[in-house]
Amino acid sequence: MTGPRTPAPRDESSWAKPIERLATTATGASADTVTGKRVSGPLQGFGQLWQKTFLIRVPADEHQPEAVVAHWKEHFPTFWPEGATFYAPLSGIQPGEVALLEVPPVPGSPVKMSTGIMVIYADRESFTFMTPEGHALSAWITFSAYCDGDDTVAQAQALERTADPLIELSYLFGANRANDAFWEQTLTNLARSLGVAAPVVETTKVCVDKRRQWKYIRNVRFSPAVHMATSTVMLPVRMVRRRKS
Amino acid sequence: MSDTHVDASRQGSTAILRIHGEITGRSEGPLMAAYAEVGGARSIVLDFGGLEYMNSGGIGLLVTLLVRAQRAGQRLLAVGLSEHYRQILSLTRLDEAIAIHDDERAALAAASA
Repeated sequence: MTGPRTPAPRDESSWAKPIERLATTATGASADTVTGKRVSGPLQGFGQLWQKTFLIRVPADEHQPEAVVAHWKEHFPTFWPEGATFYAPLSGIQPGEVALLEVPPVPGSPVKMSTGIMVIYADRESFTFMTPEGHALSAWITFSAYCDGDDTVAQAQALERTADPLIELSYLFGANRANDAFWEQTLTNLARSLGVAAPVVETTKVCVDKRRQWKYIRNVRFSPAVHMATSTVMLPVRMVRRRKS
Repeated sequence: MSDTHVDASRQGSTAILRIHGEITGRSEGPLMAAYAEVGGARSIVLDFGGLEYMNSGGIGLLVTLLVRAQRAGQRLLAVGLSEHYRQILSLTRLDEAIAIHDDERAALAAASA
């Protein structure tokens, strides 16, 4: 005799399955900085814990929340600021997929940081990315849309710590603001694609935890700052080798 | 409107928060109100036995609760997790900060150890 079957939770298909190490189907950038790494969320980061919310408003009678999220998912790479590239996985933004990224450490820099993100959650109203080891941030970023009166609000909300002391230092000297500007430009681009002529991005930042997590100081071994410095120093050597071969 | 209901109770220095329904980004009110109700507890057991749905906004809320508890010097423990929700805590690496136990008795024993 068998007992009644427990119904599957209705969020089951929206969550990625746990994995030990990352792999990706995305192409266009080096996957070396992502392959074999673990995901690293706000609990595993070094720096202060920030909750940052960036939102835009569009008319609800023209754009329903689910349609906004579908549009955002489908065209996600096109909303990123100039100079940053999002290489989507083959099946798009789906739970468990891993995308590759190339972002300048500061706006306008010719040098790019290569990293990635894992899609840990996706449904019709929202989707969430989690960063891997070697990313500048240990973060979850949730993109969602909801009704608020006559408006549909499209929102990106990050719960983030800098991953290591070097990145935390850069946050103190302007990288935090540059990160805000990145998402404000992304939301501006999304709003324009939805027909808003003069988008206004509302930004809210809350420092949820001022303490730094010194037990994660060893994250510095994955630091993109170290990786970039090494790459830059080794660049002439690589160029000479390439010429000889 | 939130579809979250949280019952708060105390057993000595340990608080038990029994969660029913959903945990989403809109659950902040009931969850934090229940947490405030048991202020001063040394440990907090979250009982997920009545959890029916959780999205990524809900996981974010659990992190906020965890940070508040850590700041107050409190331990966070979890019981009543189905295999599915255990997997989510593993995926998000929340299980590194919230001790998961099979049942309330085990959690209470660990909390008082």
